[in-house]
Amino acid sequence: MSTNHRPDPEQLLRQLKAEEEFHRRSRLKIFLGYAGGVGKSFRMLDEARRRRERGEDVVVGAIQPKVSAEVNALLQRMPVIPARIMDEVPTMDVEAILRRHPQVCVVDGLAYDNPPGSLHPKRWQDVEHLLSSGISVISTVNLQHIEERREQVEKITGKRVKETVPESFLRNADEIEIVDAPPDFCLQRGPEPLLASGTGSATSLPQQLSELREIALLLAADVVDYQLEAYLARHGIEQLWGAHERILVAVSAYADAAEMIASGRRNADRFHGELFVAYVNRPDITPEERAVLEKNLAQARAAKARIEALDGEDPADTIMQFARAHGITQIFMANRMSNSWWDRIFGRPVEHLIRAAENIDVRVFPV
Amino acid sequence: MSESSRRGTLKIFLGYAAGVGKTYQMLDEAHKLKNEGVDTVVGYFEPHGRRDTITKAEGLEIISRRKIEYRGAVFGETDVEAILARRPQVCVIDEFAHTNVPGSKRAKRWEDVQVLLEAGINVLTTMNVQHLESLNDQVWQFTGIRVRETIPDWVVKRADEVVMVDLPPQALLNRLMRGVVYAPEKARQAMENFFKESTLVALRELAIRQTAHEVDLRQSVQDETETTGFPRGDLDSLSSPRAQASDRILILVTEDPSSAALIRRGRRVADYLKAECFAVCVQRDGSLRNVPAAQREAVEKHMIFARNLHIQLSVLQGEDVAQTLVDFARQHKVTQIFLARPQQKKWPIAFGRGLVERVVRLAHDIQVTIVAERRR
Repeated sequence: MSTNHRPDPEQLLRQLKAEEEFHRRSRLKIFLGYAGGVGKSFRMLDEARRRRERGEDVVVGAIQPKVSAEVNALLQRMPVIPARIMDEVPTMDVEAILRRHPQVCVVDGLAYDNPPGSLHPKRWQDVEHLLSSGISVISTVNLQHIEERREQVEKITGKRVKETVPESFLRNADEIEIVDAPPDFCLQRGPEPLLASGTGSATSLPQQLSELREIALLLAADVVDYQLEAYLARHGIEQLWGAHERILVAVSAYADAAEMIASGRRNADRFHGELFVAYVNRPDITPEERAVLEKNLAQARAAKARIEALDGEDPADTIMQFARAHGITQIFMANRMSNSWWDRIFGRPVEHLIRAAENIDVRVFPV
Repeated sequence: MSESSRRGTLKIFLGYAAGVGKTYQMLDEAHKLKNEGVDTVVGYFEPHGRRDTITKAEGLEIISRRKIEYRGAVFGETDVEAILARRPQVCVIDEFAHTNVPGSKRAKRWEDVQVLLEAGINVLTTMNVQHLESLNDQVWQFTGIRVRETIPDWVVKRADEVVMVDLPPQALLNRLMRGVVYAPEKARQAMENFFKESTLVALRELAIRQTAHEVDLRQSVQDETETTGFPRGDLDSLSSPRAQASDRILILVTEDPSSAALIRRGRRVADYLKAECFAVCVQRDGSLRNVPAAQREAVEKHMIFARNLHIQLSVLQGEDVAQTLVDFARQHKVTQIFLARPQQKKWPIAFGRGLVERVVRLAHDIQVTIVAERRR
């Protein structure tokens, strides 16, 4: 990533064109928060206000039924497309928005379920409809509504949420923005009691909020990581470095790897990183060795590692190739002693690996 | 109980680049506090000529900067004494990582802030993730820039709150193009260097992960103080008793320039693992007295650096570095030894083993981590 040269005029022109394209196409921006009351709606409407001041045609398509005074003050100055009342439920009027066809539509609360008879069952599908019609959308969502994180959240709050949005919808947004605040902020301002009180969880409310906050940040980091990889791939940049830790535990048929795998799991969790376990296939292993390998792989499965069987002549080289290709930041390997004449003269696999690793940390474990 | 006996609380607004809106959000909070009747002043504020930010500071009491003359120019720094005399409940101090002009009472702004906190004044401040000491090498890898104004990790760890101020990189680049962040010429330069989209995306991810880590750290403190106790997932049952016992990390400090990166990495890993962190330096006669001046200066520089990061450091006496290191590690129940990667040319093909290989062979009962060389 050391491109320090000046862009040539042709390239600048292409960039300008891409820039124009970028602005013309409809875009989705999502404000992500970890609980009610962090200020998502306010941030979204504040952005809507600024865009209007810059001359963009912005309307409000949907807003939460109960809003704070601050949010209300912003709403007063915005054109709002009234909700349709269906079965006594206020519902975003997608047809009216399409007829009005603004540049940007504000859609609060991405996770709403629409009443039967609506154009789409889910509000996020309404948003897809608007986007495909060339209308940009700015929206909000709470962590608890992300389908894939629902169970995790439920364990903390003891409360089940019915309305969800798939995580892929978040990943494919053009932009996500985190709305972060300390838990006490939400406690003071939350418009609705998000968390079940008393039963379901032994933890205090601030503690619960703090745990939700961590999950939301890690979710955002994953989305950003996904977007970074997509960006690098689009621009043909080879990624040499990772903003997050990926640990590779190299196991074999010759030594028990239980401790290494357990440590790998613990380290991956502490760093909020990923855990890989890899081994190099050997054609000539004995049944006893096969049993050791199987035990190691069972450990790896229990630790929820991504397991890879690799083929290659030289074990150290094979592990290194895999590590480089997968952006590994730490390799764990056993310090297996051997007294073969070959190892004494040419060094052991672990020494080869240390030598070859260069920009990856190597942690050697006692056997 | 008198007010001054209580240490002030510190809140950090953490971002990943200039222009994401840290100062704006901090000033917004200052206004809210003031409206709630909290005595709030601005102790230092860096407008950078940004209109939104300047407007945002209106209506807040600003303590004038202390004028300091240096090489014929006049600089303005935080006037700690004036703030102490004014004794507000909350003081806003922008740019936590700033280095004061020579001739100031303290070298770093974060040291000024410690004085205010000790006096019981609550402080709101701003910083970018790249100013965190332990991320210095990683940031250099992302950006090609060696950030010189750094803050030791323990200072941030002691903050009561770390809040992420987020803005998607594309939006930041748009701001830059509209001239909101810098004047046009500077904006163009910035976009060619630091403000490349891929760089910004990577820094942003780093900032988000750091904030998650800070949230996690503060939770654990709560966990420990909680008397009831509750299971923290099913992971502990997976770890062997040996892996579960708290880690102790030992770093070998030498005169080699790679020591700085090694110390940072060791510190960072120790923080994440909640491990204790020590460092040693091995000398033939147990002191640096008879070491050639250039070498001694280099070692001392690394020793001071380690101490600034709150790493306990000892100088050991021993002829054989590997043996001395491993013996010390065993005596002190170290679980992980951290070593730097030797320069490529020093690697022998066979026989005559280098330090790393000798330590790996000797430490057959201790984990040894050979830290990557960060390259671009």
